[in-house]
Amino acid sequence: MSEDLLKQIADCIQRGKVNAASPYPPDMKGEDGADELTRKALDDGVPPNDILEKALMIGMGNVGHLFSENKVFVPDLLMAAKAMSAAMAHLEPFFSSGEAKHRGVFVIGTVQGDLHDIGKNLVCMVMEGGGWKVIDLGVDVSPEKFVEAVKKNPGCVVGLSALLTTTMVNMEKTVTMLREADPAIRVIVGGAPLTQEFADKIGADAYSPDPQGALDFLAQSA
Amino acid sequence: MNTISDTLKAKSVLISDGAWGTFLAAKGLRAGECPELWNVDRPDDVLDVARSYVEAGADMIMTNSFGGSRFKLEHFGLAARAAELNEAAAAISRRAAGPDRHVLASIGPTGKILMTGEVSEKALYEAFGEQAAALEKGGADACVVETMAAIDEACLAIRAARDRTDLDVLCTFTFNALPDGSYRTMMGVSPSETVSAALDAGAAIVGTNCGQGPAGMVGIVREMRAAAGPDVPIIVQPNAGLPKLEDGKNVFPETPEGMAKYVPDLIDAGANILGGCCGTGPDHIRAIAAAARNATGLSL
Repeated sequence: MSEDLLKQIADCIQRGKVNAASPYPPDMKGEDGADELTRKALDDGVPPNDILEKALMIGMGNVGHLFSENKVFVPDLLMAAKAMSAAMAHLEPFFSSGEAKHRGVFVIGTVQGDLHDIGKNLVCMVMEGGGWKVIDLGVDVSPEKFVEAVKKNPGCVVGLSALLTTTMVNMEKTVTMLREADPAIRVIVGGAPLTQEFADKIGADAYSPDPQGALDFLAQSA
Repeated sequence: MNTISDTLKAKSVLISDGAWGTFLAAKGLRAGECPELWNVDRPDDVLDVARSYVEAGADMIMTNSFGGSRFKLEHFGLAARAAELNEAAAAISRRAAGPDRHVLASIGPTGKILMTGEVSEKALYEAFGEQAAALEKGGADACVVETMAAIDEACLAIRAARDRTDLDVLCTFTFNALPDGSYRTMMGVSPSETVSAALDAGAAIVGTNCGQGPAGMVGIVREMRAAAGPDVPIIVQPNAGLPKLEDGKNVFPETPEGMAKYVPDLIDAGANILGGCCGTGPDHIRAIAAAARNATGLSL
């Protein structure tokens, strides 16, 4: 029973079906969405952590991988994230009580001088859907601000985003300062002008051309 | 003056200019500084960029107004100065271009995504209309709604510019190559989809800019030409490849000669206006213009 329900929730998230009132996607019009089904699962006594791992993480993981493979695009990811957020809202109280657990803490921001947030926001959504607690420092984040956040969240992983060729160079300084503050810190970098070569050069632990890659890197290196 | 399309009837290929952002950065624009504020605070430096492209042989000079919508200027607390900064941008480029060259004013994306509901269609339309009107007032005769990814946002900008001004309206999108060899914008739209949407919205000229370098542009232009039919001019402005970090500085891999090599293929694929985007400078434009002269056998 609960297996079917979890699969249904995962499907709603993958397809971006937020709730019954949502007209999107057209072939699911009128059906319950991630919102109603998550409420129902909790009412049925499905453990919150099962909903997180077997529904939310599966649904977002599927859409994240399709996005990496260029089979779906930004609009699909945005709708999936919207459905995921609707489900997550029901789970919030259980994170505070400890009944549901995050994979870890992910601190993310767009580096100093760069005001672009679309890519960063997509990473936030996929990481949250992957079970991580996301701390979004916003745009134009100084190295000092990143260091401060790392000190406040021991053991966290850091994500750095940049869209501009003129600001990606600021990533190097941020990585250096983060390592000085915490030699064991793991830093993932991403953004349109970046390459693996660049990431290696500035000493980042990982580069990903898409949000799911960050999540997969952390799953492999956990 | 003539529209760009009219000028094209007399000359089979026209040359546009190269990068502004990377050029201004080389002149000291710091990351996190508002580029459009230089139109008022450091107009001589901006004029210098425009002039160097005139000297390089560009038939149309763009403007330092890519981030000039009030949504972008808002980040710097400058939304209220949108009209002033855009008007100044166009005035500087007109000063450099003189009466005979085109001033092709830049209108970039707002960074807002309509489908998330974070912004309304009306608000975007108003912002683009305000920007286009100011650019026309400053002396532009054309504008390019550029580096677009979303059809809905691009079409609102085209309509706003058409409704509020007499500017000739161009529209370019930025594509990535997919593993299967096709091209899509960040929002998942194909070159042919962008062409029909932009033409429906009222663009006179369509095309592609930025992206991953000149090589991939040939396939994009070919697809756009097939979708646009034989009569719609196509503009192509590639990056000088993807930047590489060398000694803490970004270096774009494509040399002027390297980029010029692609010119015959781009013209053959259907391009009518050739220029550059990030990482290209006056030397790239000079080389592209020379290659275009050779390819067409005309004196451009």
